[in-house]
Amino acid sequence: MTNQETIGKKLSIEEYLDQDERKDLLRLLTAGSVDDGKSTLIGRLLFDSKKLYEDQLSALERDSKRVGNAGAGKIDYALLLDGLKAEREQGITIDVAYRYFSTNKRKFIIADTPGHEQYTRNMITGGSTANLAIILVDARTGVITQTRRHTYLCSLLGIKHVALAVNKMDLVDFDQKVFDKIVEDYRAFVAPLGIPDIHCFPLSALEGDNVVERSERTPWYDGPALLDFLETVHIGNDHNLTDFRFPVQYVLRPNLDFRGFCGKVASGIVRVGDEVMALPSGKKSRVKEIYTYDGSLDYAFPPQSVTLRLEDEIDISRGEMIVKAPAEDSTETQPNVGRYFEAMLVWMDEEPMDASKSFFIKHATNTSRCRIDHISYRVDVNTMEHCDAAGLALNEIGRVTIATAKELFFDAYADNKPTGAFVIIDPVTNNTSAVGMIIAPVDESLLHTAADSLPTLDLPRLGIAPEHYAAIEKAVKDLSRQGIEVKVVK
Amino acid sequence: MSENYSLSHLKELEAESIYIIREVAAEFENPVMLYSIGKDSSVMVRLAEKAFAPGKVPFPLMHIDSKWKFKEMIEFRDWYAREHGWDLIVESNMEAFKAGVGPFTHGSKVHTDLMKTKALLDALDKHKFDAAFGGARRDEEKSRAKERIFSFRDQFHQWDPKNQRPELWDIYNARINRGESIRVFPLSNWTELDIWQYIRLEKIPIVPLYFAKERPVVNIDGQLIMPDDDRLPEEYRSKIETRKIRFRTLGCWPLTGAVESEADTIEKIVEEMMTTTKSERTTRVIDFDQEASMEQKKREGYF
Repeated sequence: MTNQETIGKKLSIEEYLDQDERKDLLRLLTAGSVDDGKSTLIGRLLFDSKKLYEDQLSALERDSKRVGNAGAGKIDYALLLDGLKAEREQGITIDVAYRYFSTNKRKFIIADTPGHEQYTRNMITGGSTANLAIILVDARTGVITQTRRHTYLCSLLGIKHVALAVNKMDLVDFDQKVFDKIVEDYRAFVAPLGIPDIHCFPLSALEGDNVVERSERTPWYDGPALLDFLETVHIGNDHNLTDFRFPVQYVLRPNLDFRGFCGKVASGIVRVGDEVMALPSGKKSRVKEIYTYDGSLDYAFPPQSVTLRLEDEIDISRGEMIVKAPAEDSTETQPNVGRYFEAMLVWMDEEPMDASKSFFIKHATNTSRCRIDHISYRVDVNTMEHCDAAGLALNEIGRVTIATAKELFFDAYADNKPTGAFVIIDPVTNNTSAVGMIIAPVDESLLHTAADSLPTLDLPRLGIAPEHYAAIEKAVKDLSRQGIEVKVVK
Repeated sequence: MSENYSLSHLKELEAESIYIIREVAAEFENPVMLYSIGKDSSVMVRLAEKAFAPGKVPFPLMHIDSKWKFKEMIEFRDWYAREHGWDLIVESNMEAFKAGVGPFTHGSKVHTDLMKTKALLDALDKHKFDAAFGGARRDEEKSRAKERIFSFRDQFHQWDPKNQRPELWDIYNARINRGESIRVFPLSNWTELDIWQYIRLEKIPIVPLYFAKERPVVNIDGQLIMPDDDRLPEEYRSKIETRKIRFRTLGCWPLTGAVESEADTIEKIVEEMMTTTKSERTTRVIDFDQEASMEQKKREGYF
């Protein structure tokens, strides 16, 4: 039921707004090849849920006449989405575009990402925050290399729900055998990737079959229409609610009586009175208050942004992490604390990786220097085979070992996305060169190059008098906050 | 006691925005919040207050005054900043103003370039801000749909849509060289309805021009323009009539068309919005200047 109909049913506007207020949010990603009809599908979802205003439509009709690819007289839904001038000329989407629509049950954010080969990085970008992915295949061609690549990237990003949209069913006469064969092929290929929730839909985005309403032309299909599925799929368990992690983002000291640690609950639940521990210091205290502008909370959970006040005066800075204090009867895990880990790395920069270079790593609220110790293998995203690699180029994915200058507090991405994800920044261009997902910590003995290559300030050797040590340590701590790690010898 | 671990969409958006705002305060030396006095700005300002409560927000507000804003906007701006303890910076392109630049004499393009874009860029340079919050939303306009939350600008404040930094999860790359800056859009994922819903729930004050009232208007090229001072050209003065109108967006008075409306409460505004056939930017004259005009303005540094 659409918004207008709701009002038509004489739901008062107050009732409508009260109902709207309680809706949750589903973030979804769409991926497909250039001609799979992805933009048409999104246009259809937006159009049929009557989000499109009249003036946007009339602009569309004007544009369709000039550059549309849909054929005479038909609205080209794709033009709604392909925003930038260059794209309109080329007829392909070149970057991630975000679209918004809502139904009676939910609000949706669609990250529309291109299927074109050289733009894998955009799909990774669009998919990083997605709860769900719609992967389009053309019913005439079935599962192709790009379908495999898109699905692999979804599994890499830890997307738990996938909707396989077998589109253009109208061009194969809504033949059940065609659909069943594609589903069978897809399930066979996807099985080892460990995506827990997969649904398949026979669609015609252009004609609207099984998009919003179930189609009479597929009597053999007894599942829901795509929109119905999107409205009801359960996403509540997508956060880790077990292991409390609170990367400190900002320290608030408005007056002498108030010291608050601001941040987002990355995972787990925290309650007033909980015994907590700060990392890396290991100092313990209890939660005195979970402060928000709208009043104190009894408990907080992801992804709430809150301010924690502790019983004791502990010095905690941005980049440090508050976790639960270890307890015998607790099932909560502790994060890994360390400087070496293995990760899957996706190279996003035009400039290929120079493994001899040092980079910045941003992980949760922490920034540190890092280097790429070695590459175990590169993944061929089309075949998923492992290949030897000395470096990674744009859109390439590899399993690497990373050494950081500063200790990080991390989990495996598979267990905890917010504390398992990181980005690599080029220190010269400041580009986001790569993004990574942590697999596991690595023992120092397995590194390929010497672990401790930190620049060192040997204060006695430099002839610095002990009364200056405190000032130097303060400066070093400040540098550390800026991501530059220096070892001090006293 | 049963505990609930899911957030409504609005609470989730609020949490995301607060996170973004705090991240900027932590990562940049000299951020500023650009304040347009519109409804989106009003929400953004409240989110900043929430992010640092009970403390004071650690950056100032800056309004680029084109010298053609509605008087009620200016009154509201000064009242709000005073009432909520904000440091307020107001900057204008005084050179162009003294030269008499305005939409009636120079057209909307020249006026916007000089009184808005140039004034903004000069002000950012003057104060050496390294990050500037803007209240833009991705659902407003096609080219904005592709904008990052942390949007990199070179030393000339230009946006390069083809060379944007990848932005994943909630990890924002704040690294820049001297002279470069980042525009930050904490409301990226909010829709127009979300903004109104939030204003309603949080009882956020907004400029009264959003609510319908009998006001003087004159029809100029199909837009209902409310003459707000004596700079209305002579030719239109005899055509002023009184109608019950309101504004869906606020800007320079000669460039902002009113809509005829009975909506004098937020609920009625939402109802009108949902049954209306025009999206909000159609009352903005500047979008129609040239093809892909918002994208062009963004490349040049306007937001």
